[in-house]
Amino acid sequence: MMFTYYPGCSLHGTAREFGESLQGICKALEVELHELEDWNCCGASSGHALNEKLSIALAARNLIIAERDERDILVPCAACYHRMKVAHKTLQQGFDRTMGEHYSGRNHVVLAMDLFSDRDILARIAERVVKPLKDLRVVCYYGCLTVRPPDLTEVKDHEYPQHMERLMGQLGAEPLPWSYKTDCCGGGLSLSRPETTDRLIRTLYEGALEAGAEAFVVGCPLCQVNIEARQAEIVREMGKGFSLPAFYFTELIGLALAIKGAEGWLKRHMVDPIFLLRSKGLL
Amino acid sequence: MAQKKSQHEHVVVPDNAFAHRVRKKTGENVFQCYQCLKCSTGCPMAHAMDILPHQLIKEVQLGLREEVISSRTIWVCASCLTCSVRCPNKIDIARVMDGLRQMAHARKGRLGDELVPLFHETFLRSIRGRGRVYEIGMLMNYKFKTKQLFRDIGLGWRMFRKGKIRLLPSRVKKTKEIKDLFNKFRGV
Ligand code: SF4
Ligand code: SF4
Repeated sequence: MMFTYYPGCSLHGTAREFGESLQGICKALEVELHELEDWNCCGASSGHALNEKLSIALAARNLIIAERDERDILVPCAACYHRMKVAHKTLQQGFDRTMGEHYSGRNHVVLAMDLFSDRDILARIAERVVKPLKDLRVVCYYGCLTVRPPDLTEVKDHEYPQHMERLMGQLGAEPLPWSYKTDCCGGGLSLSRPETTDRLIRTLYEGALEAGAEAFVVGCPLCQVNIEARQAEIVREMGKGFSLPAFYFTELIGLALAIKGAEGWLKRHMVDPIFLLRSKGLL
Repeated sequence: MAQKKSQHEHVVVPDNAFAHRVRKKTGENVFQCYQCLKCSTGCPMAHAMDILPHQLIKEVQLGLREEVISSRTIWVCASCLTCSVRCPNKIDIARVMDGLRQMAHARKGRLGDELVPLFHETFLRSIRGRGRVYEIGMLMNYKFKTKQLFRDIGLGWRMFRKGKIRLLPSRVKKTKEIKDLFNKFRGV
């Protein structure tokens, strides 16, 4: 399996552990990644908030460069993925002429979470699990753009998806049912208006506790940072003594496959998961 | 314009010119809305809005351009798409929000929120310069502009210690291509 890899800006910064763990598991599972030549920012939510055409053009430049090769494009971040899918569709509707380029659209844009919950790769993972994540009780948190809108993501059960749960089951963890898996974390608003988004994180925290979870599992850098970075204050306000870490699903695959370097990824969390993992004998 | 009121002060004379402009810009026909409230009921940001999503759609129908364009709602909408996927009439409300934000920003008048649009501008300028977003540089810039340099400073320090803050920005090689896109599509 071979992909053009579009890391996106946050995997170079706040979500380094997502990038490192993704590359680690790809190597172990024989998924070859070729970083996209001279990729640029997809425009994120600020692009489409202020300027429709520019937002398409920014994402489109990447897709046009990627057409030099005949490989699907693997995107880890849900926000980048959404913008790329929108651009992929708009380019095919004639926006490529506006860009002064030709775009065939033959390469698919694939979300990392979808790739690793696909049946074939699940089977490959199952063969190689050496350290099942026994007794690790998690809630899978999809957020918005990994599942919505279904006409772009092709996720049929977008109100109550199950694919991350299947992956977690395969790794030996215990995914718990809960009601908030596709609720919003506030996205980028947590940076400009945190006072309006903290209550969303609080809802997620309470929901996860109520379900009996020890951790969240996520597939989006913005969800991860919002959940972990904003929890300290929320937990203090609520008078609770502890926060729940949010793992990238890639980190958990890495742990179950006993890939070297996992501790390095986990060290970067704002909510320290090391104690939890040690107490389960997973580190 | 809908601002013309009839002799009775509080009666709004509907004017669908604005709704047609919104349709042209976004492709969405707001007249399909029958006010079921499903969008507002599921909206995670409703608590921070001055007009709820279904009210906003109604106001677009009526042509209350000023109310809508200067609302806080369009800036605190998180673009989560919950409303869009649930609307029984398949109105992509999040797309309408985008269109309205873009109109509001383009007209250079008073905006219903200051911090959010300023954040978006700072973010886009960061892309314009390097082709990629240098998170920490962009955030410092934003905090400087909004005079909140010390808000969340403890959080910033913790992130730094966890190695989440890169000291050197990464950039595209062909920055000129990015500038050209900004010029062509008149970005910030
Ligand atoms: S969900 Fe659709 S039809 Fe119902 S109030 Fe909202 S916009 Fe109108
Ligand atoms: S897209 Fe905006 S308006 Fe719609 S539900 Fe989400 S936050 Fe509310």
